Amino acid sequence: MANTIAENYLHQSTNKYKGILSWLLTTDHKKIGLLYFVSILFFFLVGAIIGLLMRLELIAPGRTIMGPQTYNTLFTLHGVIMIFLFIVPGLPAIFGNFFLPIQIGARDVAFPRLNLLSWYVYMVGAILALVSLFLPGGPIDTGWTFYIPYSIRTNTNVSLAIFAAFVLGFSSILTGINFITTVHRLRAPGMTFFKMPLFVWATYATAWIQIIATPVIGITILLVIIERAFGVGIFDPALGGDPILYQHLFWIYSHPAVYIMILPAMGVVSEIIPTFSRRTIFGYKAIAMSSLAIAFIGYLVWAHHMFTSGMSDTARWVFSLLTFIVALPSGVKIFNWVATMYKGSIDPQPPFLWVMSFIFLFSIGGLTGLVLGSLATDIHVHDTYFVVAHFHYVMFGGTGTIFFGALHYWFPKMFGKMYNIKLSKIAVALFFIGFNMLYFPKFILGYMGMPRRYYDYLPQFEPLQKVSTVGSWILVGTIFFIVGYFIHALIKGKKATSNPWGGVTLEWHIPSPPIQENFEVIPTITHKPYDFSQLKEMKNE
Amino acid sequence: MEHTKKHPGYTTYILVWLALLVFTSITVTIAGIDLGKYTLLIAMFIAAIKSALVINIFMHIKFEEKIFKVFIFLSGMTLLIIFILTFSDFLFR
Ligand code: HEM
Ligand SMILES: [Cu+2]
Repeated sequence: MANTIAENYLHQSTNKYKGILSWLLTTDHKKIGLLYFVSILFFFLVGAIIGLLMRLELIAPGRTIMGPQTYNTLFTLHGVIMIFLFIVPGLPAIFGNFFLPIQIGARDVAFPRLNLLSWYVYMVGAILALVSLFLPGGPIDTGWTFYIPYSIRTNTNVSLAIFAAFVLGFSSILTGINFITTVHRLRAPGMTFFKMPLFVWATYATAWIQIIATPVIGITILLVIIERAFGVGIFDPALGGDPILYQHLFWIYSHPAVYIMILPAMGVVSEIIPTFSRRTIFGYKAIAMSSLAIAFIGYLVWAHHMFTSGMSDTARWVFSLLTFIVALPSGVKIFNWVATMYKGSIDPQPPFLWVMSFIFLFSIGGLTGLVLGSLATDIHVHDTYFVVAHFHYVMFGGTGTIFFGALHYWFPKMFGKMYNIKLSKIAVALFFIGFNMLYFPKFILGYMGMPRRYYDYLPQFEPLQKVSTVGSWILVGTIFFIVGYFIHALIKGKKATSNPWGGVTLEWHIPSPPIQENFEVIPTITHKPYDFSQLKEMKNE
Repeated sequence: MEHTKKHPGYTTYILVWLALLVFTSITVTIAGIDLGKYTLLIAMFIAAIKSALVINIFMHIKFEEKIFKVFIFLSGMTLLIIFILTFSDFLFR
């Protein structure tokens, strides 16, 4: 399927401009996905460098390269960047934008202009956060959770920084509305709900969380700003407010938000495993429904972050119990994935290796989550490095790993170029080693009593802290190595064929890179999504 | 999108708006009287009526397709469950 340059979406414009303006004013969902890609990747690298600096401070006890206030600022910025600018928008805004319409046989999302607007809103949020660093008062130092009463009383620029999070929330909501409408209105003929690829199902469930949960954090942020500006006693106990109410409101959003982060990643896993096992997915409906179940149960467990906050004993056991229920739909997915590989003909290409790494790291993250969800054990490890290790395993080992997995899977389709397979296999291994060296010691440190958010520590923690810092060099080094070989592939990479991996979902039926409107003719869907008997007919297409 | 039912006219909108104002003043008045445990209950009840008016009339949901009603209903139920769970803390603290 030869593809002339004129047809390739990268060289076409949806408006009358050429060059940079054709990008900044584009309504093509693929180009908007790439705008998001560049911005999100940039913030991820900034966040990673901040992480590296924090680890450098912790290489030895006492002051090493920065003082306590700088450390407070850095972990706050690191958290805010990684959560609000990288991992929450990450997969939906980049890969959801690019592939959701293609996978359901549509020419674009339902509201292309709203889609572009959501990118601008994202950028405005990011710029506001940046501006807040340089205004008098100094950068925010509350931690990414902005807990009351400190966030009311500190003189740093809390209001502007959290207003940035408010704005970013709008971007998230706009994307959610767009995806839900697209799935309901723009499916190709024959594409029934149960013929949709599982990545679409996952992104669809995510979109519902984005719409329903995000307003809660928006309102909470406004209340904090009002309290700071006018001294209204909403949360601060000194003014007659209720600080635990703040924690409730914060986590009513932020727990479902962890499913905004992980569900799309699970969707990508459900795409990659069948492709590289040459076998239809086991338990298609169970996986699709478990996405919806996770999205729903995810609303009911938020207060497991608050076991030591002073809330009522009744609430403590209720939420501990409910937390264990979320493990069920997650387990459904893991078992179905493994069953898919059983007797498959496995081709261990880089995307598949990232998925293997994901299953391992995410399982550690998930199982240690049960330790934190149990009331008794949580009291011991709450606010220690155990928690820091846990959430890096789920967010970074889970979604972060799949960010790279999705990139290795879809890069040839997005840019029409192939990267170096050998280098990328080495990268998976280095990433895995660096990751475990960096974070596994934190489980032990936490269990031994090392509290989180401290720039200093007792001498007995030194050996493990050193291991962790060396791990951060390997990990961040690998990340730059990966970025390096992708850039090389963009410039000098071999041309990718339309179906390098032998996938069967719709994106593999069209040229790499796709044409501007995705399909010359909107396809009529007759096959199930992972029916590999199609491969033969596809060869003749 | 077809609209089967007719939209209400300005009179309805103004009446609803006045009703909302009345309810708001009731909420404010009640906040000043000490009704103990019932203060919150009554405030929530009034808020529920107000949102029903806004959603149905101002947001036109009453005149929309069924699927929108289903979505709004599910979101409302989620909110209700969140309220109940939050009260498992407040009522037993
Ligand atoms: C790239 C390498 C990374 C390194 C070296 C790193 C390192 C760290 C360190 C040292 C801390 C502070 C621990 C403490 O003193 O309590 C931290 C906190 C945190 N990290 Fe990372 N991290 C990395 C990537 C990520 C990613 C990818 C995410 C999210 C997807 C993430 C999310 C967070 C969050 C939310 C916090 C808590 C901030 C707070 O306490 O307010 N990190 N990280
Ligand atoms: Cu949670």
